[in-house]
Amino acid sequence: MKSTILKTASSYLLPILLLFSIFILLRGHYLPGGGFVGGLIASIAFVLHSFTHDTEATLQLLRIHPRALIPVGLGVSALSMFVPFLGGLPVMTGLWFDEPVPVIGLIGSALVFDLGVYLVVIGVVLTVLFTISQYSE
Amino acid sequence: MTSNAVVLPFIVHLFTAILLLFFWRKTVAQRIISVMGSTLALTVAIGLFSSVWNDGILTMQAAGWAAPFGISFVADVFSSSMVLLTSFSGLAVAVYSATGISRGRMLFGYFPMFHFLLMGLNGAYLTGDIFNLYVWFEVIIIASFVLMSLGGRKAQIEGSVKYMAMNILASTFFLTGIGILYGITGSLNIADLSLKVGAMENRKLVDMTAIFFIVGFGIKSAVFPLYFWLPSSYHTPPSAVAAIFGGLLTKVGIYALFRIFTLIFVPDDFLSNLLIVLAVLTVLTGTFGAVIKNNIRRLLSYLIVCHIGFMVGGLGMYSEVALAGALFYLFHDMMVKTNIFLIAGLIRKLRGTMNMDKIGGLYAEYPLLSLLMAVVLFSLVGIPPLSGFWPKIYLFEAGFMDHHYALVAAIIIGSFATLYVIAKMWAKVFWKSQPEGIAGVEDGFRPMSNFRRSLLVGPIVFLAAITLFIGLGAEHIVTVVNHIVREMKDTSPYIQAVLEMHVSP
Amino acid sequence: MELVFVILIGVLYAGGIFMLLRRSMVRLLIGIALLGNGANLLIFLLGGITKGKPPVIGDAARVFTDIYADPIPQALILTAIVISFGLQAFAIVLLKRVYVLVNSDDLDDLNTPEEEDI
Repeated sequence: MKSTILKTASSYLLPILLLFSIFILLRGHYLPGGGFVGGLIASIAFVLHSFTHDTEATLQLLRIHPRALIPVGLGVSALSMFVPFLGGLPVMTGLWFDEPVPVIGLIGSALVFDLGVYLVVIGVVLTVLFTISQYSE
Repeated sequence: MTSNAVVLPFIVHLFTAILLLFFWRKTVAQRIISVMGSTLALTVAIGLFSSVWNDGILTMQAAGWAAPFGISFVADVFSSSMVLLTSFSGLAVAVYSATGISRGRMLFGYFPMFHFLLMGLNGAYLTGDIFNLYVWFEVIIIASFVLMSLGGRKAQIEGSVKYMAMNILASTFFLTGIGILYGITGSLNIADLSLKVGAMENRKLVDMTAIFFIVGFGIKSAVFPLYFWLPSSYHTPPSAVAAIFGGLLTKVGIYALFRIFTLIFVPDDFLSNLLIVLAVLTVLTGTFGAVIKNNIRRLLSYLIVCHIGFMVGGLGMYSEVALAGALFYLFHDMMVKTNIFLIAGLIRKLRGTMNMDKIGGLYAEYPLLSLLMAVVLFSLVGIPPLSGFWPKIYLFEAGFMDHHYALVAAIIIGSFATLYVIAKMWAKVFWKSQPEGIAGVEDGFRPMSNFRRSLLVGPIVFLAAITLFIGLGAEHIVTVVNHIVREMKDTSPYIQAVLEMHVSP
Repeated sequence: MELVFVILIGVLYAGGIFMLLRRSMVRLLIGIALLGNGANLLIFLLGGITKGKPPVIGDAARVFTDIYADPIPQALILTAIVISFGLQAFAIVLLKRVYVLVNSDDLDDLNTPEEEDI
């Protein structure tokens, strides 16, 4: 797509959307939001970038292939599931730090799990969409 | 008893798959990790089985939410023995894949998907929540779609379209059934559903809901009239994939049928007759298909359909003897069907084709290998004292006791057809001399190094040994099977274990 | 409200099955999507529709004292939506590949005869 307006706008939208996606990720435990939606928003930011620039340009911007995010995200999620197991608690039990962290609030294993989901969703969505778009070209 | 060990079988596969994803381009490392992960999973499965056998049903409530509000994981003897048999097959196929799968397919993520598939299977066996069962089924079908279509030629891609369409349809039926079940009971926990559905007065509504589950699981386990996707897709993927599909994927549908229809929808006359009619028709269609096919894997695909009928029939009769026979057949079938597809792959390596008209003379050329294959083939037929023989005795006895003569006749026809088909295969592939002047027939096995050869033959020997044990040590299997039948007939220990009720007897 | 849902679910299921029975692969995809949405709405309807009562417990209370919407159907639907998202993404890629290989949108052309087996 060769629209100057969209191209200029998407360069500014990319960081804003990414920030927004992190905001959505962090508020997810008690309010609407979470890893899945946050991941979708982040991947939409990159997809918008790839619409206006090029799939190759977006891949360069990302530095790593989005496929590499999938094992990292899965690993983070799986570990956060598995940590209570080591303490003899049932798998997936929520563990929480006692003191809230400034800005973010209380941190628990649910947030780590959501962070993994966030990475997996970005990885999967971008891999699928980029595969289709590169296939068509 | 609460124990975290319940979730270990699929956690092991999950971590193996994640580790494999980090080694995306390194195929040698992937093979080693896959075999090690499968070995670890087998160890865990043996441990789980022995602790369930000695200490009774183990449960785990995910995140500590008490049943029926959270998701429960339950290991009784039935599910832990399914996990054990799946781990045997999984290890064998992982070793076989090391040489049986092309490097190109490994680069596209064959091994991670293989372990995601095994994770889904183990999860489906161990879950005690019906919606969680749906989720595991989806894990299984997504992984199997990828394995089915991976690196495919035209025929393979065509097969995957049929496979995909029917399996998505099956999932939709299953989901619809879950929705209705939740609507009428307000629960998703299988143990809780067992109590609530059992107390329902509107039996017609219960039967109608049960039909959705029969259709959903029926498509997955290839029951008549929903079997046609299986013979048109299972002959296309690589042999290692076909082995996992043929040995385990249809059987997880059968497992789910047994689970749902012994705990939630205990068959009344209507459901029982429906299952028996379906079983008879399944056996007959599978038989007719197998008799006319000339390609080894197409023929075996129809045999899968035929033998699914035996197990569904056993469930339909729902007497203790019939259930014992069906379960014994299930255990035997998982081992033999996995092995026989591996053998089909080995025959393809030896001759470059699976068309029985183009090959021959294997017995003269490889007598020991042929004898090994004969053990498996004759086990499938059920020549006494090999493993396929014993469950049929039980099924016959149950059929005669309850006067289900049509089913007995169908099983006899199915058994004879299996005998005919395997005898034909033996005569054509092993005894007939190699036909002259056929292009494209070449031995890809002889040039291999000894190590690579043993990676192909080793898994077949391993599974054949287990099959022999099932046949010759049948009394051990019968003990396990009878234990499972007692669990199925008297579900109160299961329900009490999951809901943690402490009811004095 | 329920009646509208019932009609809508019926239309979605009927449309989905109708599309599945066509021979075109694109219609197969649309059929799968329609059926999935129908099933999700069915869960939503059968879970019981409670308007304007969020399943959120008050700050002071320990248990629910009022009528509240059942959160489980919503959780189930969310899961089912995520799963069908994955399945449909895969289906699109697969059918695209079939189209490139076979150069046809017709499911009847997907018949490699037995003679060409290996």
